Amino acid sequence: MDFDRTAEYVQHHSEEEGVKQRKMIWRIFWVLLGITTVEVTLGLFYKDWNLAWGFVKWTFIILTIAKAYYIVAFYMHLKHEFKNFIYAVLVPYIVLAIYLIIMMLAEAIYINDADKLL
Amino acid sequence: MAGSAPTVDRKTLWGGGTSPFGVSYGKIMMWFFLISDAFTFSGLLISYGFMRHRFESSWPVAEDVFTHFPFLHGDHPLLYVALMTFILILSSVTMVLAVEAGHRMNRKGVILWMALTIVGGLIFVGSQCWEWMHFIHGTELGALQLADGTIAQWVDSAKNAFTLPGSDEIISGSDAAALIASGTEVYGANLSVNEYGVPLFADFFFFITGFHGTHVFSGVVINFIIFVNVLKGTYEKRGHYEMVEKVGLYWHFVDLVWVFVFTFFYLV
Repeated sequence: MDFDRTAEYVQHHSEEEGVKQRKMIWRIFWVLLGITTVEVTLGLFYKDWNLAWGFVKWTFIILTIAKAYYIVAFYMHLKHEFKNFIYAVLVPYIVLAIYLIIMMLAEAIYINDADKLL
Repeated sequence: MAGSAPTVDRKTLWGGGTSPFGVSYGKIMMWFFLISDAFTFSGLLISYGFMRHRFESSWPVAEDVFTHFPFLHGDHPLLYVALMTFILILSSVTMVLAVEAGHRMNRKGVILWMALTIVGGLIFVGSQCWEWMHFIHGTELGALQLADGTIAQWVDSAKNAFTLPGSDEIISGSDAAALIASGTEVYGANLSVNEYGVPLFADFFFFITGFHGTHVFSGVVINFIIFVNVLKGTYEKRGHYEMVEKVGLYWHFVDLVWVFVFTFFYLV
């Protein structure tokens, strides 16, 4: 008896659909490349352009999350999975990550300030 | 199987029919593995953030550390790591093109794009070796480690004046001479000494990029195994190329981690 039921869930597609898919893949590639170029340019020149570090830092973080979105949603195909699967993958991760980031960075800044008082 | 199967109330329990996620078992498990792996990398990157904010004043600026580029002299911050990022993004594209070819049962396409992905992965691992070599080897000038462990940077090659971390004030003359006499000259970085600043920076660099590099390397090995199966026609016989999709997920994840390492190690 064959217990492997993978074949039931495999998505095959036609040549016409393939053309569309490849167009999408290359479009995402240009988006990723564009974002990386902006990041590197900003990293190289923000001092010459007299941009505030806080602004530059948050731009980097937002661009990184945008890049992560494009990779996960389109290249890893998560956007087109069932909604319950998307939540099962993302929710546990995001909740714990946000919690850890806030807790650890607040603590680090506190310890650093406390050192200065000594 | 006959006769002994327990009866299931399908209103309250899932009776083993269609997957509620609409995804095969193997793919679900790959995703769950990737979540656990994402937690590991988050742990590493967040602890990096912790130590960086903890030792804010003596933390090295990555732009001043990784300034080399092959065959070019002088300072070229960010360029080399930008090239590495580009290579990894490109190998992600070739991977997703291999998956797409698999959906059309196009064996030749899968072979071509998977081969390019493997080559891209190997170039990336090689680039990382080069970067590690420069980081371990250090600069010609080196730095001065004072008796209390603080790293001071030389002002020029005469090595009789230096600056302390977090300040531009040049210390020279007899003040400097005493400190130089009791300190040691250090070159490059390893797990206990780092000429660019606190040793913790080097520790995190080796652990995070090393752990990521291990993932890239194992990704190349796994891709290669699947590539051999594609060549042998295993998936043609099976009727689908889902294995390519699964290793593809892993490969994109490795690229995804690099996106974050690039930002939090090199940019921010």
